[in-house]
Amino acid sequence: MQSIINRIENNQFWKFHGGIHPPEQKFLTTNKPIRSLHLPEMLIIPIQQHIGVAGDICVNIGDQVLKGEALTAPSSPMAVPVHAPTSGTIEKIALQVIAHPSGLSELCIFLKPDHKDTWRERNICADYKTLARNEIVHKIAEAGISGMGGAGFPTHIKVDSKPNIDFLIINAAECEPYITADDLLMREHSATIVQGVNILKHLLIPRMVLIGIEDNKPDAIASLKKATESYNDIHICVLPTKYPTGGEKQLIRALTGKEITSGSLPIHQGIVMQNVATCFAIAEAVIHDTPLIKRVVTVSGQGLEKPQNIWAAIGTPVKDLVALSKSLQAADKKAIIMGGPMMGFTLPSDHVPIVKTTNCVLVPSEKELALENKEVECIRCGQCADVCPSRLLPQEMQWSAKAKDHAKLKELNLFDCIDCGACAFVCPSHIPLVQYYRVAKAEIRQQELLDLKAEKAKARFEARKARLEREKKERIEKQRKASEARRAAMEEKSGEGSTAKSAVAAALARVKAKKAQGKDVIEDPREAAPEKDTQKSQVAAAIARAKAKKAKAQQNEPVSPEENSVHPDEQVEAEKKSTDAGKSAKVAAAIAKAKAKKANSTKRDVETSETNKADDSKKSAKVSAAVAKAKAKKLQKEIGAEEQQPTPIPEVDKKANVAAAVAKAKAKKQQKEVGDDEQQPSSKPEVDKKAKVAAAVAKAKAKKTARNVTQVAVEKESMVEELQSEETTIETTTEIIVEPDDKKQRIANAIAKAKAKKQQAQPIADMASSNEEELPKEDNKAVAKKARIAAAVAKAKAKKQQESN
Amino acid sequence: MTTLIAILVLGLIAAAFGALLGFASVKFKVEGDPLVEQLDALLPQTQCGQCGYPGCKPYAEAVANGESINKCAPGGEDTIKKIADLMGVEPEPLDATHEQDNRPKVAFIIEEDCIGCTKCIAACPVDAIIGAGKQMHTIIADECTGCDLCVAPCPVDCIEMRPIEQTTKNWQWDLNSIPVVELD
Repeated sequence: MQSIINRIENNQFWKFHGGIHPPEQKFLTTNKPIRSLHLPEMLIIPIQQHIGVAGDICVNIGDQVLKGEALTAPSSPMAVPVHAPTSGTIEKIALQVIAHPSGLSELCIFLKPDHKDTWRERNICADYKTLARNEIVHKIAEAGISGMGGAGFPTHIKVDSKPNIDFLIINAAECEPYITADDLLMREHSATIVQGVNILKHLLIPRMVLIGIEDNKPDAIASLKKATESYNDIHICVLPTKYPTGGEKQLIRALTGKEITSGSLPIHQGIVMQNVATCFAIAEAVIHDTPLIKRVVTVSGQGLEKPQNIWAAIGTPVKDLVALSKSLQAADKKAIIMGGPMMGFTLPSDHVPIVKTTNCVLVPSEKELALENKEVECIRCGQCADVCPSRLLPQEMQWSAKAKDHAKLKELNLFDCIDCGACAFVCPSHIPLVQYYRVAKAEIRQQELLDLKAEKAKARFEARKARLEREKKERIEKQRKASEARRAAMEEKSGEGSTAKSAVAAALARVKAKKAQGKDVIEDPREAAPEKDTQKSQVAAAIARAKAKKAKAQQNEPVSPEENSVHPDEQVEAEKKSTDAGKSAKVAAAIAKAKAKKANSTKRDVETSETNKADDSKKSAKVSAAVAKAKAKKLQKEIGAEEQQPTPIPEVDKKANVAAAVAKAKAKKQQKEVGDDEQQPSSKPEVDKKAKVAAAVAKAKAKKTARNVTQVAVEKESMVEELQSEETTIETTTEIIVEPDDKKQRIANAIAKAKAKKQQAQPIADMASSNEEELPKEDNKAVAKKARIAAAVAKAKAKKQQESN
Repeated sequence: MTTLIAILVLGLIAAAFGALLGFASVKFKVEGDPLVEQLDALLPQTQCGQCGYPGCKPYAEAVANGESINKCAPGGEDTIKKIADLMGVEPEPLDATHEQDNRPKVAFIIEEDCIGCTKCIAACPVDAIIGAGKQMHTIIADECTGCDLCVAPCPVDCIEMRPIEQTTKNWQWDLNSIPVVELD
């Protein structure tokens, strides 16, 4: 280490491998001062101008911003903000072609200057040494400083490294032809640059500060020497001019003799390097609180009338700078190169803005461009290997790059290539070697990204597969456990002697039994069968009712043998039918009821209480029944001596029920009071008029015909004959029920016919027979309608009879 | 007598070498098939199933067992070339039955149309879709392999495959735009 320091102090430096001496062309601009700041009509500020990530935009369109105000806020340590280079209005935030060889667009903030150049509030720091280390680093970060030599690495990260380094190297080499921006800056602002160096010294505490400068800038060397007179630890190291001395690794090698090995960074060897322009920006930021909003740009080339260095605001379109320097070229032939002739790239458009890393805009004349040099076959001369500053084998790399042999390229350390272009410069075959390397590098990077992505995708796919497998297992396990639990529960239950189902059934039966007990009805335990189905239970209930009635009848009075014999038969029939469907069940219930009524008819005083017991759930049915009962009672009173009319229909529409009852009552009244064929108009408003009238008319007519034809009953219809032969209506109904089609209507018909016949058979109005009159009822249909239909049918029949007579 | 000795000696030698080979086959046994692993590493891991196998690894296994090497559409010619190198066979052009457009794509959910049915989530081989029942879903673009498998199950067709946009980050130098003359 000491030997190195001694050597440096004696100005004995090292040599890096290779290097070239291209025509410098610096004379074009080196003798002119830096042109003062020029503001264009519109500033286009790309939100990312450095290596890393872009900050978040913190202004909106239409905002008024002051000079030096931050336009983006860094969201990560690798982000640096961009600032408004002057005061003005944010016109738009849009995609714009940026300074990139691809010519692709990126997000830019468009700022329209108001030409007032109003500064935001600034806090000038007289003595940076009073500031804490992290405060200075923060100030550098806030000022948006990134390396101004070309790469654009965020400076605050570089200066925040562990202090007590060996060497702080200030890169003032500026080796590339044409460019004189740093030269001019050093000549004009050496004091500020030295301030910046002192700040870096304060932060990094190096053993030595070396300013590396090529010997082709005597004025800059002189002004720097003057500025550093009072600082013993700052060494101005004048190096022989050779391209690319300004390369980081090359300058380190030349100044300290140290090799930065492939893949390592200078900081690993205790070295930090900063560009002179960056030092200037650091001083401005820390002392004057001025963010990085302008920089010196060399606008040069023989295609310009006035090549010069210009202070350009960040975001100034290249077009404006070229216009300031008066382009000699025709607009359509203009080729503009951003960066130097060795490492720059041709711009896709002259609207591209100047960014923090732009040090040169080159407008070459046609003879400078030398595009006529055609690439020919490599002659294996080996000159490229001789000049390569990274000691690579450009010729071999070229072959591998053409063959896209990425593995071989990596073996040849392609990524140590600094794109300096020395190999291409010396190539006698005019092979654009650097272009091949650039393509290969981009391809390899892309491939690495894809590999990384594939690796990630594979990991995720595998993780998903494992998860699905696990979930499947868990599910199967869960199902198995559940089924086991079920089985266990079942076994437990069966051990007790009854299944859950039977328990429910038993509970139901108990409830039924209780209900029956409460009504003092003898109930067959068989009838409380464990049936879940409500329909079935309804049927059962109907049967039970019928039985109960029968039992009652038997209790009260001995029944005639013929009736007794009928009952059990029909009961069986009804039971059979009840098993099929709800309809038939209901019909069965009706039959049962009818039977019960018949039984009732033998005794006079039986009440209608049996209706209640029948229904299990339907309230409305009960209500309707109650209403019907009330009506019937009323009628009883009206009629006086007549026997009562039970209307034990549990599940019928109220209106129909009432109507039927009223109609019946009317008919009876007519029979008794009038005794002739006069018809009484209906008068009760609360009942269904039509049904009532129809029923009344039907009955009246029937009676009339009955009276007219006493002896002969000529019936054409077989059904009517059948009915005639029998005394009871019930049997006919049951027969009809068997047939599935048009059941209801037929029942109605049959009943009506039966009625008519009966009346025929017994011309004198018999009260007992009227008891049997009943309209068939259905619960879940529009019963009123059906009743009407029935009545109409009855009427029709009666008329027919009349006619036949 | 001499023939007997000769037979004995040769027999002993044969037994010794037989024992040695038997020992080696047990001791230096190769676990698994390294060829499958190598092939799997070459495949793009999109898990798209365009090759007719349920994932890249199954296809790698199939190739190792003699399946044709030109069925990986997302990998394209590059992958075929690499597989051909590894297998020591001639590269073939991509199977014509497979999709020719193998530009890298990424799925995109038109979020206003999404009904939150979770069908695409179930279909995604790399769990790159976030969402829950009756909630809007969205693609984690960085994790999406562009395999196309989520497009078909969507009942409202709100998923589309969009080519990955070129930015300065993924941009490739194009030799054709550089004044370079290709030599034969």
